[in-house]
Amino acid sequence: MFNIFKLAIRNLRRYKRRTLLTSILITLGVVAVLLFISVSGSFKAMMVGQITDSMLGHLQIHKKGYLASIDSLPLDRNLKGSQLSKVKEILDSTSEVDAYSMRIRLGSMFSNFKETTNIRLNAVNPTQEIQTVPMLLDRIIKGRKEGLLAKGEILVPELIAKGMEVKIDDTIVLVATNKDGSVNGQPFVVRGILEGISGPGGRDGIIHIDDARSLLRTEGKEVSEIAIRLNDIEDMEQVYSSMTATLGPLKNKMDKPVFEIHTWQKLSPFFNIARMIDLMTLFIKVMLVAIVLVSIMNVMIMAVFERINEIGTIAAIGTVPNKILSLFIVEGFLLGLFGTLIGVIISLIIIGGMNVVQLSFDFGRQKGLLLAPTIQTGDVVTVAVIVILISVLASLQPAWKAARMDPITALRHV
Amino acid sequence: MSLIVAENLEKTYYAGEIVVKAIRGVDFTIEPASFAAFVGPSGSGKSTLLNMVGCLDPPTGGTLTVAEQDISLLNKKEAALFRGSTIGFIFQDFNLIPVLTVAENVEYPLLMVQNWPRQKRNQRVQDLLNAVGMIDQADKFPSQISGGQKQRVAVARALVTNAQLVLADEPTANLDRKTAHKIITLMKDMRDEFGTTFIFSTHDPRVVENAETIFTLEDGRLLQGSGGNHV
Repeated sequence: MFNIFKLAIRNLRRYKRRTLLTSILITLGVVAVLLFISVSGSFKAMMVGQITDSMLGHLQIHKKGYLASIDSLPLDRNLKGSQLSKVKEILDSTSEVDAYSMRIRLGSMFSNFKETTNIRLNAVNPTQEIQTVPMLLDRIIKGRKEGLLAKGEILVPELIAKGMEVKIDDTIVLVATNKDGSVNGQPFVVRGILEGISGPGGRDGIIHIDDARSLLRTEGKEVSEIAIRLNDIEDMEQVYSSMTATLGPLKNKMDKPVFEIHTWQKLSPFFNIARMIDLMTLFIKVMLVAIVLVSIMNVMIMAVFERINEIGTIAAIGTVPNKILSLFIVEGFLLGLFGTLIGVIISLIIIGGMNVVQLSFDFGRQKGLLLAPTIQTGDVVTVAVIVILISVLASLQPAWKAARMDPITALRHV
Repeated sequence: MSLIVAENLEKTYYAGEIVVKAIRGVDFTIEPASFAAFVGPSGSGKSTLLNMVGCLDPPTGGTLTVAEQDISLLNKKEAALFRGSTIGFIFQDFNLIPVLTVAENVEYPLLMVQNWPRQKRNQRVQDLLNAVGMIDQADKFPSQISGGQKQRVAVARALVTNAQLVLADEPTANLDRKTAHKIITLMKDMRDEFGTTFIFSTHDPRVVENAETIFTLEDGRLLQGSGGNHV
C-alpha cells in the first residue's frame, strides 16, 4: 500500500498546478465551512447562554395554561401550597438540577411622580435568582451589582429608565392590580439600570419577591414560574422528559393537569434562529460536498484520460485491476486529505486571530457583543471525514474506469 | 517442450455488422530461448497475434498455449497475473512511467506485480541495469534520457521478473539505425544470458535480419514455409 501512496504522490506532483488549484478549492471550502460553523456556533452558544443564564434558565415550570396567557401576566394561574411543595421536592431530589428560582411575574404602572408608564415585572428571591441566572448581574449596566437587589429596591429596564429619565437612587412608585381587582401602590428606590436583551422577559424590571407579595397583597406563598438551572445544559432533554413524566400526570381536584414544563427552546423565539443557523450550516456543508465532489471528479477524470497509455502499460505488465483502482482512489484521497489539512490549519489560525482581535457585533438592541469563535474537535473531524470520504467517492468512477480499461485499447491511445 | 503452441488459432472482431477476421487458422510453435519475429505488412495480423500470445487479447477460435497455460481459460485478473509472472513487454514508444526514475521503472514489476522483498528486489534491479548498461543513469527520470536509453530501460523492465517470454512490438520503430542495432544486439545478448524467448512484431528489416525464426503473415494467415530457421 505504501508503494501505491508513493506512486500516487508522484503523480499528483507531476501535475503541480492542477493539484494545487484543486487543493486550493478544497481548502477554501473547508475554511468557509469551519469558519461558518465556528462563528455561527459561537454566536448561537453566546445567545443561548445569554438567554438561559441571564433570563430564562434552562427549564421552567408553570401552572397549566399559564404560558398560553403569559402576555397578560395572569395572577390567577400561580402555583401555590402543595403544588409548590411537590415541585420543590422533585427539584431538590434531582441531581442534575443546579439551582432554581421562584418568580412572580406581574404587570404594573410605573410612576416617577411626573409621568406614568406600564412595566412588566419579574419578582424574585435575589439569592435564588443569581444562582439560577448568574449572568443577570452582567446586565446591570448602572448601579450596584452585589446581591442583585434588596427589599424596597427595583432594577429598571434601560428603555424605561431612559424614557422616564430615571436615575440611580431615584424613588419611583409601582401601582399594581391584584387578582381580586384591588389596586395598591408602593414606593421603590431605583437600585440599578438593567440592559434589555432580545426575547421574553428581556425588558422586564426586577423587584424582590416579598415586595411583589406585599404589593399584590397575596396571602401565602405563590409563584408564577419556577426557572431551573441544570449543571449541564446537555442534560436538558433528559431532565425535561423525567420531569414531564413525574409532574405531567399530576391532576387537581377537577381532574385537570396541574403543571406544564418547558425547555428554554419553547420559551424563546431565538430557538428558531438557532435552528436556522443549524440549517444554514447544513446547507454550507452540502455546498462543500458539491465543491469537493465536482473538483475531485473533474481532476480524476482528467488524470485517467491523460494517462490512458500509462494505464495500458501497467495493465500489460501485469498490474491487476484492483491495484490500478487503488492507485487512482489514493490520488483522490490524498487530494482531499491535503486540501483538508491545509484548510483546517488556516481555519484554526483565523479562529485564533479572531479571538485575539476580539470582533464585536450588534444584535437587536444589544450593542458591542464580543464574538469569541471556537470550534469543537468533533466539528473539525466531521468536516474532515466528509471531505475525505467525498474525495474517495468522487475518485471511484474514474478509478473504476481506469481499472476496467482494456490494455490493448489503452496502449493504442495517443 | 515448446514454449508457445498455436493450433488453428483465430481472432475475429465484430464492429456492428462488420466482421473482421484478423487471424485465420494459424498454427505455429515457438521453442524456449528463440529469437523470433512476426513480419508482414500493416493489417496482416502480426500485432493481433502478438497481443494474443501476450494474453492481452483472447483468441476467438483454436487453442493457444503459452508456457503450458491455455490462455483462453484465463479471466482478466488471471491473465494479468500470468503476464506479470511469465511475460515481459517492450513497446514501440518505450512506455516508461514518467514519474518513476530509471531504477524505479525497472523495479515496478517486482514491487507492484510480484511483491519481492526489498533487498532481493534492489539486487535484481542493479543486476538488470548493469546488464543493459544503464546503472549510471539509475536515478534519472525518463524525460532526462535518450530514446535508446529508454528502450534499454524497457528491456531491463521486461526481463526483471525472470520472464520466460518477452514480446516486443516494433521495438526499433522510434530509434535511429545505430541505436536500433544496439538494442537488437542487447536483446540478443539478454536472450543468451538469461535464456529468455524474444518475439517481435516488426517490419523493420534490421530486426528481421537478426531474427532466428521468422513468421510471415499476410491477411491473417501464415505464409507457406514461414516459421523456419532464418539463420
